[in-house]
Amino acid sequence: MGRKLLLEKAHVEGIRTYEVYRREGGYRSVEKALKTMTPDQITDEVKKSGLRGRGGAGFPTGMKWSFIAKPEGVPRHLVCNADESEPGTFKDRYLMEFLPHLLIEGLIVSSFALGSNVTYIYIRGEYAWIVDILEQAIAEAKQNGWLGNNILGTGFNCEIYVHRGAGAYICGEETALLESLEGKRGNPRIKPPFPAVKGAWDRPTVVNNVETLAAVVPIINIGAEEYAKIGIGKSTGTKLISACGNINKPGVYEIDMTISVEDFIYSDEYCGGIPNGKKLKACIPGGSSVPILPANLLLKTVKGETRIMNYESLSDGGFAKGSMMGSGGFIVLDEDQCVVRNTLTLARFYRHESCGQCSPCREGTGWMEKILKNIEYGKGKSSDIDLLWDIQRKIEGNTICPLGDAAAWPVAAAIRHFRDEFEWHVANPLESQKRNFGLAHYADPLESVTA
Amino acid sequence: MIKFSDEKLAKVKELITHYPEGKQKSALLPVLHIAQESFGGWLSPEVMDYVAGLLNIEPIEVYEVATFYSMYNLKPMGKYMFEVCQTGPCMLKGSDDIIEYIKQKLGIEVGETTADGLFSLKTVECLGACGYAPMMQLGKFYREHLTKEKVDAIIEECRKTAAQNN
Ligand SMILES: Cc1cc2nc3c(=O)[nH]c(=O)nc-3n(C[C@H](O)[C@H](O)[C@H](O)COP(=O)(O)O)c2cc1C
Ligand code: SF4
Ligand code: FES
Repeated sequence: MGRKLLLEKAHVEGIRTYEVYRREGGYRSVEKALKTMTPDQITDEVKKSGLRGRGGAGFPTGMKWSFIAKPEGVPRHLVCNADESEPGTFKDRYLMEFLPHLLIEGLIVSSFALGSNVTYIYIRGEYAWIVDILEQAIAEAKQNGWLGNNILGTGFNCEIYVHRGAGAYICGEETALLESLEGKRGNPRIKPPFPAVKGAWDRPTVVNNVETLAAVVPIINIGAEEYAKIGIGKSTGTKLISACGNINKPGVYEIDMTISVEDFIYSDEYCGGIPNGKKLKACIPGGSSVPILPANLLLKTVKGETRIMNYESLSDGGFAKGSMMGSGGFIVLDEDQCVVRNTLTLARFYRHESCGQCSPCREGTGWMEKILKNIEYGKGKSSDIDLLWDIQRKIEGNTICPLGDAAAWPVAAAIRHFRDEFEWHVANPLESQKRNFGLAHYADPLESVTA
Repeated sequence: MIKFSDEKLAKVKELITHYPEGKQKSALLPVLHIAQESFGGWLSPEVMDYVAGLLNIEPIEVYEVATFYSMYNLKPMGKYMFEVCQTGPCMLKGSDDIIEYIKQKLGIEVGETTADGLFSLKTVECLGACGYAPMMQLGKFYREHLTKEKVDAIIEECRKTAAQNN
C-alpha cells in the first residue's frame, strides 16, 4: 500500500472539525514554519521537495514562488485555485469537503512564505455547500489564533476569504480567475505580464491549485528530503487521482506515483477492475483535455515498458503515443463505449466554455462540435474526418490561453487512435446509431502530429 | 422597490471588506449570488441595476458579468431546477437515459419549465462529480448516482415540499 500524506486522516471521525484535526496533529506545520523558518527557507524547502503544480501543468511550485516580484510597499497575494472544472477531475472537492483544515493549514504556511496577508480561495460556484465548510474551518482557525493579526506572536497577519465563482470552466485558467476575482467576465489576459509580477489588482500574485497547497503541509512536517524520496524521478510525493467512467470503484485515490496503470485499474485497492467482466477499450488518464489512449498504448509504452502513473511515464511517447498526467482525472472507457460520442461531448464542453475572445477557439470549437454531431448522428461525410483534423490543428497554438489547445487535443487523439471508428460511423450511418463499434482495432497512430 | 433585507445588506458590506479599498467591484459575483437567491431565483434588469448602485459601478458592468456566467439566470426558472450533467464521464454512465427519463416524466424539453412552475430541466457541463455519475445539481446540493427510481423519489420529494410550503 502506498504512503498517504494527504488523505491519511480523511476517514477519522469528525476530522472536519478543528478539535479533531488539531488532536490528530493538525497545524503543526504552521508552528514549525512560522516559528523556526524564514519565508525564503520555506520556499527553498518546497523547491527541494520537487513538488510540481497539481492543477494540470505540473510546473515546479518552489520555482513559481521564487518568481514573485517584491516591489516595496505593494501588497502580494496568494490565490488558491479551487475552480476544478476539467471533466474527470473531482479531487480538490474531496480534499475540501473532508479535510478543509488541511487546505487552510497549507494556505497559512504558503501565505507566510509568499508574504500574502490576504489570501483568497477561488471556488467554482456550483460547490456551494463547500463554501460553508471552508468558511466554518476558517472561522475555527481564526478563533484558535492561526489566522488574524500577529499569528503565534510572530507579527505575521493573514486573512483567508472564499470567493465563489458562478459557472465558467475558463475561470480555472489563472488569468481568467484573476479577472473573475476582480468582478469581471472570465476573459484570460495576455501574458506577459505574468501574475507573479502583475496579478490581482495589478499586485504580484501566485495562483496554485488546492492539492498543491495542501501538499505544503506534509513537506514542512516531514521535510523536503523525506518527501522527495517518495515517488520516482521528477514525480515526487503523492498525487490524488480521481477515477471515473467504467470502473468498479470510482473515487479519489492517493497514489505514490510508482504504481502501474494496469494495477491502478485492476487492483482492488484502487479502481477494482471493469464492471461485468468487460474489456478495457481506452482511457483518458489526466482530465478530458489530455490525449485518449487505446488500451494497448495505455498499459505499455511503445518501447514495451510498463506504464506507470506518473508525469514522465504517462507522457512517454509524446502526444502521438503517450498522454499526460494532467489534473489526475482518470476516465476509463469499456468496450461498449463509443469514442465518437465521447469526443462529441468533450467538444461540446469546450465550445460551451470558450470565452470567445480568440476566433480560432470561438469558431473552431463550434465547428468541431457540429461536425462530430453529424458523424455521430449518421450525417457525416468521409471528408469530415480530415476536416476535423485540419480544424484542430489550426486552433492549437493560435490562441491567447491554453483552452484552445485543450479543445484540440482530445479531437486529435481520438482521430489518431480511433480513425477506424470514425470511418465506420460515416460508412454505416444507420448501424452506428443502433450499436457501438466495440473494441478498437487500434488504427496505426499517425506519425505526423501537431498536438 | 427592490431592496435587500438589513441582514443581507450587512452581508454585502462585509463582503466588500474582503477586497482592497476602491475595488468593491470585486464583490460582484458573490453579491449577484445573494441577489439571485433573494429575488426569486433570477436576475431581472431592475435587480442588476440595484446591485450596480450598491457597488457603485455602471449597470453595464453588471450585465456583462451576469450574461457570462452560467449560474446566473436571466429569466424566471422553475422552483426546482434539475441541472443534469451531460459531459463525457457522466455520459459513459448513462446520463443520456436519465435526461430522457426526466423529459418524459415531467413532460418538458431541456430548457423548459413545467406549466405549474415547479420544475425546470437544464443540461449542464461537468460539475466535478464524475465519479458519482450520473448526477444533477438541485439547488445548493448535488444528487448523485442517479437512477430512474431516484429521479422518481426526488420529484416526489419536491412536490411534497412545495405542497407543505403553500
Ligand atoms: C482552461 C484552463 C482551465 C484550468 N482549470 C484549472 C482548475 O480548475 N484548477 C486548477 O488548479 N488549475 C486549472 N488550470 C491551470 C491554472 O491556469 C494554473 O496553471 C494552476 O492553477 C496553477 O496551479 P499549480 O501550479 O498549483 O498547478 C486551468 C488552465 C486552463 C488553461
Ligand atoms: S483560447 Fe478560447 S478560452 Fe482562451 S482566451 Fe481564447 S477564446 Fe478565450
Ligand atoms: S462529467 Fe458529469 S460531473 Fe463530471
